Amino acid sequence: MSDFWQALRAHTPARIGQERHGEAPGTRDRLAFATAHAAARDAVHQPLDVPALVAELATVDGLAPACVVASAAPDRATYLTRPDLGRRPRDPVPALTPGAEGDPDLLVVLADGLSALAVERHAAGVLRALLPLLPASTRLAPPVVATQARVALADHVGLAWRARLALVLIGERPGLTTADSLGAYLTWAPRPGVADAARNCVSNIHPPHGLDHATAARTIASLVQGATLLGATGVALKEGRAALG
Amino acid sequence: MRYSHQVRGRSYSFTSLVDVLGKASPHRSGDVLAGSAAGSAAERVAAQWVLADLPLATFLDEPVVPYETDDVTRLILDTHDAAAFAPLRHLTVGGLREWLLATATAPGAAAALTAVAPGLTPEMVAAASKLMRNQELITVAAATEVVTGFRSTVGLSGRLATRLQPNHPADDPAGVAAAVLDGLLLGCGDAVIGINPASDSPAAVARLLRLLDDVRQRYEIPTQSCVLTHVTTTIDLAAAGEPVDLVFQSIAGTQGANAGFGVDLTLLAEGREAALSLGRGEVGEQVMYFETGQGSALSADAHLGTGGLPVDQQTLEARAYAVARAFDPFLVNTVVGFIGPEYLYDGKQIIRAGLEDHFCGKVLGVPMGVDVCYTNHAEADSDDTDTLLTLLVAAGTSFVITVPGADDVMLGYQSTSYHDALYARRVGRKRPAPEFEAWLDRVGLLAEDGGIRAVDPARSALRELV
Repeated sequence: MSDFWQALRAHTPARIGQERHGEAPGTRDRLAFATAHAAARDAVHQPLDVPALVAELATVDGLAPACVVASAAPDRATYLTRPDLGRRPRDPVPALTPGAEGDPDLLVVLADGLSALAVERHAAGVLRALLPLLPASTRLAPPVVATQARVALADHVGLAWRARLALVLIGERPGLTTADSLGAYLTWAPRPGVADAARNCVSNIHPPHGLDHATAARTIASLVQGATLLGATGVALKEGRAALG
Repeated sequence: MRYSHQVRGRSYSFTSLVDVLGKASPHRSGDVLAGSAAGSAAERVAAQWVLADLPLATFLDEPVVPYETDDVTRLILDTHDAAAFAPLRHLTVGGLREWLLATATAPGAAAALTAVAPGLTPEMVAAASKLMRNQELITVAAATEVVTGFRSTVGLSGRLATRLQPNHPADDPAGVAAAVLDGLLLGCGDAVIGINPASDSPAAVARLLRLLDDVRQRYEIPTQSCVLTHVTTTIDLAAAGEPVDLVFQSIAGTQGANAGFGVDLTLLAEGREAALSLGRGEVGEQVMYFETGQGSALSADAHLGTGGLPVDQQTLEARAYAVARAFDPFLVNTVVGFIGPEYLYDGKQIIRAGLEDHFCGKVLGVPMGVDVCYTNHAEADSDDTDTLLTLLVAAGTSFVITVPGADDVMLGYQSTSYHDALYARRVGRKRPAPEFEAWLDRVGLLAEDGGIRAVDPARSALRELV
């Protein structure tokens, strides 16, 4: 690429200034695009390594052993075409052994979503940074690892376990520049049928280019605190924060 | 049973017009998700036999979405031109297909197709498309001519215009300007220079409007700019004296889906009035820019029609063009592969839908372009966009979307590139919009063979843009 375009690329991640060979870009640009698309495609189709994630979660202080829940979508092709199946569990949610202290304050669900890679790389790191920021009295449900899952699957688990608040850490749709971006969704009083507008989202968690784990954890912790004070998530919580700021 | 047909000894029955339309639709994931699709290939073709024999007038008597509860249906039926429909009134859906194909290949095709457009409802055109192969959708669309103007003229025969889409994830002015320069140097931007802003705040949108207007004025480029934000934001900015050329809005084919976009027909009319009042057009007075896409009604849970049945996504998409044409638009495009594999699963479905959308829009009299695109979770790649782009050039599409290197770094999807536009114009023997072509010549970018000259940007007339 010419120096002229090289300098301008400092201002944008866009693929500006590609060479012309006839009407077509050069071979390097052609293969760079193919490489990025390949990474995104592989991220969409790579299955979540469930045993490895469960083992990693066992090393996070403060978490009970993880519970694995499969969605009603039997495979990736079905998952991609039937969002309704990814939103509910295949089998009835197993009963939670009632703790002496009462219902859980927070349920954490780690879902593959559209990028298992994102969950494998970032979910445990975010939890490690987040848990120490929560009040010591917070009652945590056992973490759930969910496969072929969308955000709303947590609503079923949350209702069955009577959780006050659900946090879903889920792989976001891979782009050409980033295949491992994690999103975090918070839902107060999770139950099937919750509107998307009643959730709060922290997206683009993918260090080094996106949000780092510590920053994401601080944002999530402040949302947890706000939701607990307000007794709600969604637009009301977002607006409340804006008013405070 | 009114709607039934036998295929090789087995009888297939359909409960209603909505059911027939849904089951006659070529297979796509969104219709399976909605529950409107045929259960087998034989059932699909049985529905197509039934559809072929339906009188066109059926669509005037039996709304697909109820008249009482849907303002798009009321718009379609209340503005239907009976005089324009008269020559087709005796036809069935199968007969309309044959009439379109015969008319498209006869002398005076463009004028004949233009004359009947106000007499056709979107449901009639969608129904005919379900009986047509890809080449037939191309043949008829290529025979239409829908010409619109603002500072450039779009839709002329032998021309292919482009939207230059210089999106940036943080709306960085230097980044946007660099992408504009890259596109102009490759001959793009004659339909519009249009940004999807990362921020919808009025101040941020105003900054981008001024940036694009400054570039246009400084280099005297005969094109128009647009920042694709909600129509209410654009109305306010126009009232505040910001340089608004085109008013953009996403629209869909039911009242409920439009409500999901936060608009209704009254608001769209207000948007048009706001832009017309500025009087910024030079060669024409079309001021509206609409985007659409199959699946938008289902994703808004606003896809149910008469009898509470799900209406197929292609029929609902065609109804969005009836909304568009009511506001005399300058540009309309379907964003055909954007919405994801739950609506169009793979390259085959995206290509089919792109040709259907372009055909339906053009036959209804809409200045139709296409954002030829896909997402990373669809079963599609650049070969599929090449194929659809090439087919659309054959079909005479008014314009396509172009982004640097086919990679939209703000919206996170892949569209066609500036280089792709060079390819499409060369293999399709298409030229840019005439006013823009003359400008390319003035600034030394037009080659003798009509293509775009490769120039050193550091020595080009446009170098101070960045």
